[in-house]
Formats: sequence, structure tokens, C-alpha cells
Amino acid sequence: MFYREAGDFKTSYVDDNQTFPIKFDRYRYYAVLFVAFAIIPFVINDYWVNAVFMPFLIYSIAAIGLNILIGYCGQVSLGTGGFMAVGAYACYKFMTGIDIWWGGELLFRLPEFNIFFSVLMGGLTTALVGVLFGLPSLRIKGFYLAVATLAAQFFLVWVFNRVSWFYNYSASGQISAPEHHIAGVAITGPNADAWAMYLFCLVFVAASAIVARNLTRGSFGRKWMAIRDMDIAAEIIGVDPLRAKLSAFAVSSFFVGISGALFFAVYLGAVEVGEAFGIQKSFLVLFMVIIGGLGSIFGSFAGAAFLVLLPVFLKNTLVGALGWPTDLAAHLEFMIVGALIIIFLIAEPHGLAQLWRVTKEKLRLWPFPH
Amino acid sequence: MKLKLITAVTAAIVAAAPAMAELTFTALSYRTGPYAANGIPFADGYQDYFTLLNERDGGIGGEPVNLIECETGYNTEKGVECYESTKGSGALVYQPLSTGITYQLIPKATADGIPVHSMGYGRTSAKNGEVFRNIFNYPANYWDGASVGIKHLLDINGGDISGKKVALVYHNSAYGKEPIRTLEELAKKHGYELTLLPVDHPGQEQKSQWLQIRRDKPDYVLMWGWGVMNQVAIQEAVNIRYPMENFIGIWWSGSENDVLPAGDGANGYKALTFHATGANYPLFDDIKTHVVDKGKAAGAGDQIGTALYNRGLYAAMLAAEAAKTAQGIHNTTALTPAQMRDGMENLEITEAKMTELGLPGFGPSFKVSCQNHGGDGLVAVVQWDYASKSWNMISDFQQSDQDILNPLIAEDSAAYAAEANITPGCN
Repeated sequence: MFYREAGDFKTSYVDDNQTFPIKFDRYRYYAVLFVAFAIIPFVINDYWVNAVFMPFLIYSIAAIGLNILIGYCGQVSLGTGGFMAVGAYACYKFMTGIDIWWGGELLFRLPEFNIFFSVLMGGLTTALVGVLFGLPSLRIKGFYLAVATLAAQFFLVWVFNRVSWFYNYSASGQISAPEHHIAGVAITGPNADAWAMYLFCLVFVAASAIVARNLTRGSFGRKWMAIRDMDIAAEIIGVDPLRAKLSAFAVSSFFVGISGALFFAVYLGAVEVGEAFGIQKSFLVLFMVIIGGLGSIFGSFAGAAFLVLLPVFLKNTLVGALGWPTDLAAHLEFMIVGALIIIFLIAEPHGLAQLWRVTKEKLRLWPFPH
Repeated sequence: MKLKLITAVTAAIVAAAPAMAELTFTALSYRTGPYAANGIPFADGYQDYFTLLNERDGGIGGEPVNLIECETGYNTEKGVECYESTKGSGALVYQPLSTGITYQLIPKATADGIPVHSMGYGRTSAKNGEVFRNIFNYPANYWDGASVGIKHLLDINGGDISGKKVALVYHNSAYGKEPIRTLEELAKKHGYELTLLPVDHPGQEQKSQWLQIRRDKPDYVLMWGWGVMNQVAIQEAVNIRYPMENFIGIWWSGSENDVLPAGDGANGYKALTFHATGANYPLFDDIKTHVVDKGKAAGAGDQIGTALYNRGLYAAMLAAEAAKTAQGIHNTTALTPAQMRDGMENLEITEAKMTELGLPGFGPSFKVSCQNHGGDGLVAVVQWDYASKSWNMISDFQQSDQDILNPLIAEDSAAYAAEANITPGCN
């Protein structure tokens, strides 16, 4: 009744091509943005930010990034954890001032970057590294590419553990984010307020989603999808596989790098590469993309929400409300989340995004389905 | 629905805590995940001691103890969630039980004014209480462990280990890297040769490291391992017939879990410790009467007297004693985290006090002060006896080399103070 194209007249091509052509959808989108930007920051507390919103927002960016690579361009990657680490360490180096050494002498030191630009530089550095590790994708595909990116994962973690320059020669090998401000408001460090950290991440999430959505609708996205669907056919109709694949790696790594930078600087504040960015992180983001739905920006959010919020919700229900022992609850959590993943994938192999699509189709006809 | 439930739960916890006027302690434990075998005994010991206090004495100073356990799985992200979800409930002190989570909580807990007790782990330079106002790591830290380990080598070599080869097998993480600086400094002083052999998480694959040990034949091997890495290392040492009495682990590499899988091959393996092992103390009779027999033992109740159980018990004992001290200072029974911090800073553990608690000779005597949050660095060496399945203490609690450690601690804490804009001081 409300969810339909009828009655919503478009008078220009710009209107016709907008992201949400249905009025109801568009208002819902504005409403979500309004709540996220103008209401939540006023009611949020430390627990909600640190346990719920920040992991959800940050993993959403990572899932968007990986979704571009796997869902849109069809290139399997298991290197997400490593690329997140690149983003985190690049952000750390930029926010503490990069030092360049030559022959044991300090050649020069860049000034400390503002936290916003540090995060952006984290993304850009990761894009470069991503392109480098994307080169094998020109020759190998599928499982073999997955193995090549797996090598990236282990190599990057090893490098950040091994080369002490990356962690500013600290004795423990940990990196910890010093306090940084934007317009006098602390964003990183222990004194940062919940709303500031939340808004900072939200800006990146909103920007990433809008950029990703428009990239995938445009010529880039079409080239990626052509490569995904059949690379030989794509090449014959004039898509340059080199540029398409490497651009997918670059864009994907950029988002993953941003999420890694936020993960380190804003969310955790101190990380150790092996523990925070290990292989399990790669799999976690991969599962988010698969459960959320390949080739869907909404799916990235849905998948991240599913895998981040469900364990927290289960923990609060089983331990907090029912008072069960913590170990029993933790094990049950694995079983419930695992079972749900399997059930979802059997019932809806295209992920949560497909459920949403079906719902939308039904909504169009509602309440007169015939 | 989801939001409502979580909100309701959070609201319930927040609302319930002050009304009951109890002392809230938190245990960030890990009974699941790759390190569970080591996490369970510690968590059991910690929990049992507080259960004992509640059952026998009605709590601490008449206030019942409310212990909130939160499962971290040794995972930093879950640790953050645990911290955030419990800090609103008036938690008096945090035992993060993981070097990663400790590093995470050092700035956060300081900003929130809640003390952290990282007993025998975490950031070593937190010993300097003038910089780390809310962080405590008494009675001993990793650098003390490294130093006493070398001291033990000096003892068995008549005071001269110059030219000897010492290898360090370590978990390639913040935890495992901790002793390197100290060992390097000590190598300059005592003239031994140090080889570093990192093992990556989780440490199931150590063939190449032990091949290198077989080839280089170091005179002594020190180990900073955790979880499955310990068992694998000890088994590998047995496989290459490395003499066990020359193999010394830090206290986290010295539990029954680590040596039992290697069978009698592990006989003679040494470990460092800052508390006694075994269940031959009067307190354990009380635990049996008031906790085990009443069916209130934590977990399966089968860990009592193991090395890690005793460590959990010891940590709980120190926390309870600090709470008593705080009650004395502030003349109140209900405590705030800030008062608890004062209690920890003025904590004094004497032999008489431990005897009174039913733990004579269980740990070293030490005194905490603002300048010194780390105790006196008294560490002992234990040796595994396969026949009796027990750890035997083969040295007294001896002090680490303060001449080497104090400058290192001053240097590292000054670096942190500069990084975090802290003006060191006791006020």
C-alpha cells in the first residue's frame, strides 16, 4: 500500500536514477540517518558504544570492503585480517608522526596527522598494499587466489610482529593510540566520550556506504560484475581485467583499511597484531559477507549486525537474565550462532539481503497479493 | 525485543547493585577457547576463595561479596565488552587475566578511576605507581621472573655464567616479548649469550625452534609460553632429550597441565613462581568444609591445589586483604573503587597475616606503596616431580636484581608518561 512506485512521479533522469527510487524506502533511509546522527548520540552510553555500536559499525565497513571484492568482483580473499592490520598500523604511524631512518640516523619525522586524516591514510596505504597482493589475481582464480591472499594474511601479520619500526620500537610490540582530538573533542584515548567515538565511526560508515553503493551502481561496479559473472566474456566486450580487478582490490582494501584503523584507534585503543588481526578476523568478515548476502551493501550491514550483535545478545540473555554459568553460556553461544548460520544458509543461500529483497517484493503487493 | 531485553538486563544490574550494598568483584575469566585448560583452574580458585569468605565469614568486614564472572575467552574484544558491562555495577578491582586486555584497560580503568590488579602479568613498568596510579602488579612481574631465573642459573653455576648460552623460547606476543629487554641487560652484566626463539600463536608448531636448540645446544632454555605452547615445548624438549633440569619456564608455563602430557620425560622441569603449590595449608580444610562439601565449589571442583588454582586463590586473597585494608583506612565497610585503590596501595602482606589466614609461607612478604606498585619482586623456583605429581620448591623466595630492573622500569614508565601526558606523582 505504502511501498510502491505508483504515484511517485519522477521528472528528471537524476530523480529516476536515485539510490532509493521508492518514496517509502527513501523516507525510511532518511529516518535511519536522522536517528543515527541526531538521536542516538544523545542517549548513548559507554557500554552501548563499546559493546554494540562500534563493533557493528566498524565490521560493517570491513564487510562492505570485502563484499566489493568477493560479492561484486568475484575475487575470493582471505586476507582481510592482514589488510585491517595494515590500516591499523598505517594509522598508528601517521598519528604518531612517521619517522624515516637511514643508516641508523633519523632522517626526518613527519608531523603528527589529525586522527581523521590518519584513518584516511590508513585506508590509502591499505589500498596500495591491496593492489600489490591483488596482482596474483590476474593469473589465478578461485581457491588458488584464496590461498594467495591467505599468504598475504600471514605475511602481513609476521611483518608487523617482526619489524619493530611499525610499533615504534615499544618493548611489548603493542601499539596504543595516543589521545587525538578533532576541534577540541577527544576521539581516541581513554578520555574520549562515547558520543564522539560513535559519531566519528558513523561518519566513516555513512561515507563508505554511500561511496560503495554509488561505485557499484556505476561503470566500475558494472565492470566488476562483468568480471565476476564471466571474465572471458567481459574481456571480449572490452572490460580490461587488469584495471577492473586491481581497482576492486584497491577499493576493497581501502574500506578494509579504514575499518582496521578505526578498530585500532577508536574501538580498542591498543592492539597486538597476532591477537587482533589473525586469521580468525578474516574468516569472521568473510562469514559476515556470506551471511549478509554477496553483492549487497545492505547485506554487509545485516551480516555484521548478525555476527556482532547476536553473541552480545545471547550473552546478556543467558548470563545476565537467566544467570547461567559463563562457560556453559559461551559454549551454547557457539552452538546457537553456528546452528543459525547453517539454518540461514540452507533456508536462504543468498543471505539476509535476499530475505530483505523478498520482503520488499511482498510489500509492493501488500495488502492485495493477487 | 532484543533492545528491550538488553536494556532491561543492564538496567536490572545497574539498579540492583547499589541497593544490596555488597562488595562487587569481577572475574574476567576464560573457561572456553584455546587457553581454557589454564583459565579454568585460575577462575575456580578465584571464585572459591570469595565463596569461602561469604560462607565462613559472611563476606569481608561484614559485607557480602558479589563476584561477577565474565567470560573473555582470552579475546580482547570480549574483554572490552566485559569491562564495559561490569564497570557500572561498582566493580572494585579488575583482574584482566590477559596481557592484551590489561594493555587495553590500563588507560580506560585509569580514566574511570577503577584499580586493575595484573598479578604476575601485564605491563611490567606499572610497578611505578607514580605513573600508573590505578594499576598494580604485585607481588612479582615478568622482569623479576627473568632476573630470578638468571639468578638461579648463577646459583647452580657457582656465580659465574659467562660464556654460557641461554635460549629464550617465547610466545610471539606482547606477553612473550616482555622479558627480552631484561635478559639482554642481564646478559651484559653476566656475560652469557642470549638466543631468541619466537613461537607464533598458538604454538602447536615448534619443530624448527627445537631443531635449532638441538643444533646450537644452549646450556639453558628459558620459556615464556602459555596454553598449548607449553605442552608442545616440553614434549619437544623431551623428544630431543634436552636435559629437563636446564629448562626453566615462567610461572605461566609451570602448571600441571603443561608437564603431565609429557609423562615422566618432564620430570625435573623447573618453573618460576611467586606462591606455593599444593593443598597442604589449613585454609584448604576450610575450603573443603565451607565450599566443597556444601556443593558450592566453582566449576567441576577438581582443580583444588593445582598451581593455577592456587594462583587464583592467591589473587583473590590479595584482593580481599586490600579490601580489608581499604575498610580500615576509610572506616567504612561499603567501598568505592577509589577507596579500594587506596587499600591496594597500602597493602602489606606479612608472614603473620598469611599464617592467620591459614596460608603460612604461601607467598612472599611484601609491602605496596605509591612508588612501588609491584612488591619486592620475590620469586622462587619449583621443580616438577613426576613420581609424586607435584611441584617442589627448590629455592627460597629471592629478590630480583633491582639494580638492573629499576632503571628499566623508570625508563619504560617515563616513556608511557610522556606518551599519555601523565605528570608522575603521588597525589
